Amino acid sequence: MRDVAVVGFAQRQMEEFDGSPTCVEMLVPLFAECYEQTGWTRRDIGFWCSGSSDYLAGRSFSFVQAVDAIGVIPPVNESHVEMDAAWALYEAWVKIQTGEVDTALVYGFGKSSAGVLRRTLALQLDPYTMTPLWPDTVSLAGLQARAGIDAGLWDERAMAEVVNRSLTDAEKNDYAIRKGGSSVEELLARPMYADPLRKHDCAPVTDGAAAIVLAADDQARDVAERPAWITGISTYVDPISMGTRDLTRSPSTANAARGLDLDGLEVAELHAPFSHQELILRTELGLADDVAVNPSGGPLAGNPMFTGGLIRFGEAARKVWAGENTKVLGHATSGPALQQNLVCTMEGRS
Amino acid sequence: MTRTLSAPVTVAFDYTRSTGPVLGRFLTGLRDGVVIGGRTSEGTVVVPPPEFDPVTHEAVTDFVEVASTGTVTSWSWVSEPVKHQPLDRPFAFALVTLDGADTPLLHALDVASADEVSTGMRVQIRWAEERVGAITDIQCFEPEQGGRAASEASDQSRPRDEEAVTGVITPVELDYLYAASPEESAFYRGLAEGRILGQCCPTCQKVYVPPRSACPSDGTPTNEEIELPDKGTVTTFCIVNVPFMGQKITPPYVSAYVLLDGADIAFLHLILDIPAEEVRMGMRVEAVWKPREEWSTTIENISHFRPTGEPDADYDTYKQHL
Repeated sequence: MRDVAVVGFAQRQMEEFDGSPTCVEMLVPLFAECYEQTGWTRRDIGFWCSGSSDYLAGRSFSFVQAVDAIGVIPPVNESHVEMDAAWALYEAWVKIQTGEVDTALVYGFGKSSAGVLRRTLALQLDPYTMTPLWPDTVSLAGLQARAGIDAGLWDERAMAEVVNRSLTDAEKNDYAIRKGGSSVEELLARPMYADPLRKHDCAPVTDGAAAIVLAADDQARDVAERPAWITGISTYVDPISMGTRDLTRSPSTANAARGLDLDGLEVAELHAPFSHQELILRTELGLADDVAVNPSGGPLAGNPMFTGGLIRFGEAARKVWAGENTKVLGHATSGPALQQNLVCTMEGRS
Repeated sequence: MTRTLSAPVTVAFDYTRSTGPVLGRFLTGLRDGVVIGGRTSEGTVVVPPPEFDPVTHEAVTDFVEVASTGTVTSWSWVSEPVKHQPLDRPFAFALVTLDGADTPLLHALDVASADEVSTGMRVQIRWAEERVGAITDIQCFEPEQGGRAASEASDQSRPRDEEAVTGVITPVELDYLYAASPEESAFYRGLAEGRILGQCCPTCQKVYVPPRSACPSDGTPTNEEIELPDKGTVTTFCIVNVPFMGQKITPPYVSAYVLLDGADIAFLHLILDIPAEEVRMGMRVEAVWKPREEWSTTIENISHFRPTGEPDADYDTYKQHL
């Protein structure tokens, strides 16, 4: 295996982006930041991979429009996933492992506010037995939250504790669009939105984009003082049906974690767009109590669709670059109620 | 003035899908007023039936009829329903394990408030009046009403002598507020004044119309607005002979790439006022604007392009733009 590290990261998050859903004007400055961080130009990038969705953009081939932000003369080596860009990072990591390229820039973007996000996402469900009912994302997460409450695995207080910690930590995050902790009591006094979920239990609808630079071996050492080396990366999928899996568990997360060494983990950035999902992920990953979860504020503070997972990887990697931590974890989810999960460990070497 | 222009857009498509034998059996059942589950190798009755066994991966072939009554195993309140959900007033989405099944089915539950739903409550299917072989043949669940409901269900479950369901049509409709980029917005605002505005790349000096936020050649943000004349050259074209829905002009007519003088990318428009067979590469054309009082922020302010009568442009002047 080649040693591959995260050496660049840039992001934007906002409540409502007033530009085109192709997001070209958002991506150009992000790429510029990545060039600045690495000292590279676009010609130093061996492979480009993006995560986005035409259903979010409301137009076909929206990812092709976004390629304008790269500039493609001479032609570039490029690919795309209709998933969170964390899976684009996975594809890029594999591409680097093949030896075909040494560097990659991975990016995701989406203008969630152009449509009704929770409704649009019904199109990712089973088209025969689910989509015709338009089950919205929030309702599906609510079914999952209730299942855990009824089983006594967590309660509304535990969910509010996740929210309070996240929004408190988000105060230090310039990109967070929802921030400001209060108290568990104050949160519990707020009205229900999708009983058993309150609005703060659900990640805010967020527009945004993010980019991450990967580099192999000496290429990484050349551009970063303390690269965040990817020491393990794994992804698994659970059935899409809500009826045939135990919603209080996430077997795919446990499977993904099984092949990784989580000993000595200090920070975990978990892509849990609903408060109770963080509780599921903590259990499935077997996180010790001293692991700092989502010090960035996490997705409850801002969750741009198709980027929210990739941002977790970037936030975790930044901790390593800064020398604040040595062993960190990034997690991304896709699909309804934690259906698909990707887990990645990164480490600094002194 | 807002930074960008935006307009509502609805994207709609009817997805037509074949069902295969397992989902076809399930949907045929719904049409006939009965719910069919599939028995897995572990003896579990799953609704809707899975196409393949989760353990052995063999095709599921053992079908079981289950009841139209069942028990709520989880629920979530929908305080603000979205378009095309089973009910247009607040309701619950619920997981319901039907009597005779081992796993729950996702559907709507019609109750007036969240106070009227609880895990463990008994519910029954409310069948749709018109059933076609779709998951929406179950209109929703409703609280169980005892004996009356049971007889209604049995009345409705009489199998009909019809062919099995083999396909479904699922209409999908998504509403957006579609925004133009700042550069595109300037372009459309220019059109409302009868001007054609492009953008120039500071790196390679190429002029794009309609403008783009970044130069697709080198990724540099375009930063200089350039006003272009409404005259240009046909680089390539096609004669439209095929009628299609929404067509505004009777075929045959010509759709062409017009390279405006000073631009580096051609844009698509109509060539009229000339027989289709006389349109050619290199032909010089000019915009025909609609009357000024009809102008707005749209490319339709230009009705079409027509020949100027000038001599054709030399191939060398546009060969880089094909």
